[in-house]
Amino acid sequence: MNNKIKRILPQLLTVLFVVLIFGFFTLNAQVNMDNRGIDFGFGFLTQEASFDMQFTLLDYDGQDSYLWAYVVALLNTLLVSFLGIIFCSVLGVIIGVARLSNNFLIKNSAAWYVEFFRNIPLLLQIFFWYYAALRALPLPENAEPWFGVTYMTIKGYFIPAMIWENLNIFVYCLLASLISIIFIRNYAKKLQEKEGKQLPLLYISLAILLIVPGLSFLAGGVTLNFEIPVLKQLSATSYTYDGGVGLPPELIALVLALSLYTSTFVAECVRAGIQGISKGQKEAAASVGLTKNQILKLVIMPQALRIIIPPTTNQYLNLTKNSSLAAAIAYPDLVLVFAGTAMMQTGKAIEIVGITMLTYLSISLFIAALMNWYNKRIEIKEK
Amino acid sequence: MTPIVHALLLLIQKHFLNYLLTNKLKNKRKNMFKVIKRMTSFVAMVAMLFAFTTETMAAKKSKTLKNTQKKGFVRCGVSQGLPGFSNADASGNWTGIDVDLCRAVAAAVLGDANKVKFTPLSAKERFTALTSGEIDILSRNTTWTLSRDADIGLTFVGVNFYDGQGFMVRKSSGITSTSQFKNGISACTNIGTTTELNMRDFFNSRGISYEPVAFEKADEVVAAYDSGRCDTYTTDKSGLAAQRTKMKNPDEHMVLPETISKEPLGPVVRQGDSVWEDIVRWSLNVMIEAEEYGITSSNADSMKTNDNPAIKRLVGAEGELGAAFGLDNDWSLRIIKQVGNYGESYKRNIADTGILPDRGPNQLWTKGGILYVPPAR
Repeated sequence: MNNKIKRILPQLLTVLFVVLIFGFFTLNAQVNMDNRGIDFGFGFLTQEASFDMQFTLLDYDGQDSYLWAYVVALLNTLLVSFLGIIFCSVLGVIIGVARLSNNFLIKNSAAWYVEFFRNIPLLLQIFFWYYAALRALPLPENAEPWFGVTYMTIKGYFIPAMIWENLNIFVYCLLASLISIIFIRNYAKKLQEKEGKQLPLLYISLAILLIVPGLSFLAGGVTLNFEIPVLKQLSATSYTYDGGVGLPPELIALVLALSLYTSTFVAECVRAGIQGISKGQKEAAASVGLTKNQILKLVIMPQALRIIIPPTTNQYLNLTKNSSLAAAIAYPDLVLVFAGTAMMQTGKAIEIVGITMLTYLSISLFIAALMNWYNKRIEIKEK
Repeated sequence: MTPIVHALLLLIQKHFLNYLLTNKLKNKRKNMFKVIKRMTSFVAMVAMLFAFTTETMAAKKSKTLKNTQKKGFVRCGVSQGLPGFSNADASGNWTGIDVDLCRAVAAAVLGDANKVKFTPLSAKERFTALTSGEIDILSRNTTWTLSRDADIGLTFVGVNFYDGQGFMVRKSSGITSTSQFKNGISACTNIGTTTELNMRDFFNSRGISYEPVAFEKADEVVAAYDSGRCDTYTTDKSGLAAQRTKMKNPDEHMVLPETISKEPLGPVVRQGDSVWEDIVRWSLNVMIEAEEYGITSSNADSMKTNDNPAIKRLVGAEGELGAAFGLDNDWSLRIIKQVGNYGESYKRNIADTGILPDRGPNQLWTKGGILYVPPAR
């Protein structure tokens, strides 16, 4: 009995302590807000936002509600995180493999790249890209076309816009081809287990992916046209591009800085993963007659991924959270728009900061869950 | 009554926490003794609290005023650098008409206009800094609007500059009026300001599509516009005039004649301390009224013997004006002597620096402007 109390009492007190701390902060906030006549509530979310945003993925207008402004700003944050994660993964793998190269030049430039970009504070890098690099770009009227139809200017990167007809049919075709690829893969696996035959999966998948959506153009009435950006004069000396899609320099600078910075960490994870596989594995695989590609695909990568994935997940989470530095260079992300403008216009500091914190927490947990699921999938399955 | 109940709850909570924290460490017998001791002290404190509240109610002293006098300086929130309004020089000395208002309050309540601690704030941070108690006066070219006044725990005490929003463009662009704006124009501005909302109203009502580029700091906005990222820069006209002086080539830019909004700028205090609110309001009013009666920093002392009772009241030679705030009778004299009247402040900070030599609406009502303050009596 006495032992039981000794065991439970400290835990009970700790819980009580935590509850009291939270209670104290809540009460403190309430008392102070009461004294200053500030109401607490989320009613503002349905009010008209009445400010505009520079760059949005969905239609947004100042007449929409704060809630919609939140959704649109959140999408901007997700867009930066998504692009950043893609680019930093690709770059990270390339640099990580390059660090293990036997070529002196490749090995050392990769090492220099890693040391350089990971040791400069991220905010400085963002400032560098935005205020130094991208500001040195030409004004719209002086820009030379890249690839004939795109223009990189101080006002952003202007690319042709895609104008689809019957886009939904194309999307259905794409989905159908993806589903059939999954079926064929399962079939191929069974075939190999039963009869030991191997199908050229890569070619079959590629063919399906190209042919089925391609057919939708020929037979499904899907058309795709491009609207090319055209120089437009705003006044005697200022120009912009009309038509097409303008990617704001704020987005470009942010994605550049985030992916270059995070790729160094991903590169180190990749290097560690590959180096973590003992030489014996490779030699054993070679001795049973696997080709070089098969060794990499069937022996090295499955084992290396197990080492690479968990620390890389951390880097993805970091990148997502670091994207909030967007506020420093006017990219309309969640922090700038919602925890900035919306907070200023409504004065609902506690509510808005609370929502923003919860949002970042949810995004991070979602990414972590996704990566954990993937990690589980590639884990050693003991039979 | 509610504040007392809240305070009591807080006290109980604090005591209980203390009790829990120390409880684990001590043995039982000592604890009993401690509990009794604590309970008596608790009762004593509650009794004191009641006595204390009734006493302060009667003295009508404001908490902010008391804290300010205890600290020995006025905590004032200003901009991060807007010439003419609040700007720090290389050695960290703040000047500007917004700065002068804080100095006036310091002169009134502490006797020394230099006893001010300035906190530079971005547009986004300013209201939170004030409501959370980090500063006691927000004097940062802030527009007085209904929602700000009524909604977020703030009280505007007056207007020290009548302004309106305008646009700046490059002279070379050939634009001389906002009617020449075309679809696709990009406009740089600050986030968290009325400017952002006015801009939308303006472009929307004219059916012009535009690209808003909103930065957190004014310097970033100026840099972006200056480098060609934006075609126009929009904010309060006084701000445009002031920021123009910071550009690489000020002569290459011009402010368009149109004014698209009303921007009455003024000092703000926290809601709930009416005595402090009155002190700040009347510090500003005294500066304006002193100009009206021709009292300046140099002639203030000699005005004590003036025949006009209104002047005598302002320099503390007649009446008991300071008593209402719990201040002595020379409070207004100190403001005029140490900071000067509104006209002196305007001339020193805005006219002589070449920002806006013409006072426009910020002229006294007796001289064709709209500066009109209630009488100090």
